[in-house]
Amino acid sequence: MIVANRKSLEEILGMLGSCRKVLLLGCNECVTVCGSGGEREVAVLASELRLCAQKEGKEIEIREQTLERQCDYEYIDQVRSFAGDYEVILSMACGAGVQYVADTYRTKLVVPALDTTFIGVTLEQGVWSERCQGCGTCILDMTGGVCPIARCAKSLLNGPCGGSSGGKCEVDRETDCGWQLIIDRLQALGQMDRYEEIIPVKDWRSGRDGGPRRRVREDLKL
Amino acid sequence: MRLSYPSSVKVVKVPCTGRVDVMLILRAFESGVDGVYIAGCMEGECHFLRGNLRARRRVEYAKVLLDEVGLGSGRLEMFNMSASQGQRFAEVAREMTERVRALGPSPARRSLVKGEPG
Amino acid sequence: MKTNSRLERILESGGFVVTSECGPPRGADGEVVRRKGELLRGVVDGVNVTDNQTSVVRMSSLAACVLLKGMGLEPILQMVCRDRNRIALQSDILGAAALGISNVLCLSGDHQKFGDHPQGKNVYDLDSVQLLGMVCRMRDEGKFLGGDEIKGRPVLFAGAAENPFADPFEIRAARLGKKVKAGCAFIQTQCIYNVDKFVRWMEMVRDRGLHERCAILAGVTPMKSAGMANYMKKNVPGMDVPEELIERMKGTPKEKQAEEGIKICVETIERLKEVPGVRGIHVMAIEWEEKVAEIVKAAGLLPRPEV
Repeated sequence: MIVANRKSLEEILGMLGSCRKVLLLGCNECVTVCGSGGEREVAVLASELRLCAQKEGKEIEIREQTLERQCDYEYIDQVRSFAGDYEVILSMACGAGVQYVADTYRTKLVVPALDTTFIGVTLEQGVWSERCQGCGTCILDMTGGVCPIARCAKSLLNGPCGGSSGGKCEVDRETDCGWQLIIDRLQALGQMDRYEEIIPVKDWRSGRDGGPRRRVREDLKL
Repeated sequence: MRLSYPSSVKVVKVPCTGRVDVMLILRAFESGVDGVYIAGCMEGECHFLRGNLRARRRVEYAKVLLDEVGLGSGRLEMFNMSASQGQRFAEVAREMTERVRALGPSPARRSLVKGEPG
Repeated sequence: MKTNSRLERILESGGFVVTSECGPPRGADGEVVRRKGELLRGVVDGVNVTDNQTSVVRMSSLAACVLLKGMGLEPILQMVCRDRNRIALQSDILGAAALGISNVLCLSGDHQKFGDHPQGKNVYDLDSVQLLGMVCRMRDEGKFLGGDEIKGRPVLFAGAAENPFADPFEIRAARLGKKVKAGCAFIQTQCIYNVDKFVRWMEMVRDRGLHERCAILAGVTPMKSAGMANYMKKNVPGMDVPEELIERMKGTPKEKQAEEGIKICVETIERLKEVPGVRGIHVMAIEWEEKVAEIVKAAGLLPRPEV
């Protein structure tokens, strides 16, 4: 799923400025799973905003609404009938959702409550870890199912570097060395001969470096 | 045991402190209380096994939120005691009341019902 | 392929190579480079010029190489993959060759978090193995990475680094194998304190016959103090400092520790000279360049040959 962190309350209050009528939109998918922007997090943020307002003797009206997701028009459309009643839409979706909401309600102020970070997995409840960088050319079949682009701090294709120590990365003793993981897997799979091959330079065009991307399936278009 | 504890303490009974989640605490503060404390079983003795451990973690998180909104984490606390410890219950009630009195009324009370006795 | 490299000439004639390092200054004063260079004149066969080492901004390696070349020394241009993409790397390779640089050391580069600009974006368009391959292809086939022909091939003697003490140990020789396959002609190792472990690594290297296709230059660094020894053991990733060396340094009175450190360094070189497959020494006396001459002399490696 897409993982994000909630911005600090200070930053969110800064973005809301003097707005007193807030439409707080949560998202029921990725950000729910990683505990950043789901129904519960919407409730907590709304409560925090109300407490701050009460503290200052100010009024604030917050409508809490958690949409199925904010990356599909049909769900964002569901708030059309009352979006106009609010001064600002505070979206707790990932960056994609925030932008789509802004795009849909062009004349409304839309601000992000989250810092979107990575595509990752749930290691255990409460812990999420990065796995994919969306490079557009997946080579997981060659590396025992471990991605060198996302899990190596230097995205080396012929790692490890000289800083790998005790299975950990030089960047952070808590971070696994991606190449140690790859080698462990190749050994378990009996594919160590793959390690001997030089992986050639990457064509980064399929990734972010090639420019903003899009995907089309003509057969699915109405 | 008929021990007395301050009348400003309102008891909310739950089957296990594991029932307490962050929103329960925040809604209490929104409604204007000056302090909240959770009294759970001794760690390792939870009838439902780990409910009080979950409560502890949620209380710690809620404390961070209370600091964030400027009410102060001092207004929230979790205490552990066994069901038979009547003395401890009264003691904790007094301790928490003293603590919250010293902190003063909750800043979030300002815009709520005026003229309520302290 | 014959290059103009002095290192290549010595190695071809069966000689033992001595190299050292020069870290460029954190400023635009070329004199600092010249002063360091002067300390190494006649003492070494080649001088590595580091490339923003540990991600700390310094005068560019290429510029400092040119300064050293101007003094009649033999520079070894270090290139890391952290800061430049393939376009910039190829461009600098052409430039280096045009300026008469004959040696290049291809490295991945320390992550920027270690340096003075951890907020920066990193590049890592290529890794060290791919960079080696690219340098050799430019030289041997006269082609850019993209496939176009190069008019005026850059002729550089290509090397890399390898760390016998990094994990996982079992694949370190395999990784060297990849570099050699990519065209690596010489490598400099991370500084060696644990000679026994290095000897085990060399066994793995010799098993694959890599020592015959690639000259192994063993790295050494003199310790200035017991404090430095301890720091390196605890804080530098991929560094193996045996406990007995720390004890030896600690057991020496403070005023004599530097001298003891030099002694240990010379002893290490003597042992390394005896290891089959070792074709030279790389002395890294960071911010202690004045001691290199003393160390090289005490290890019986002077005078350097005329080639």
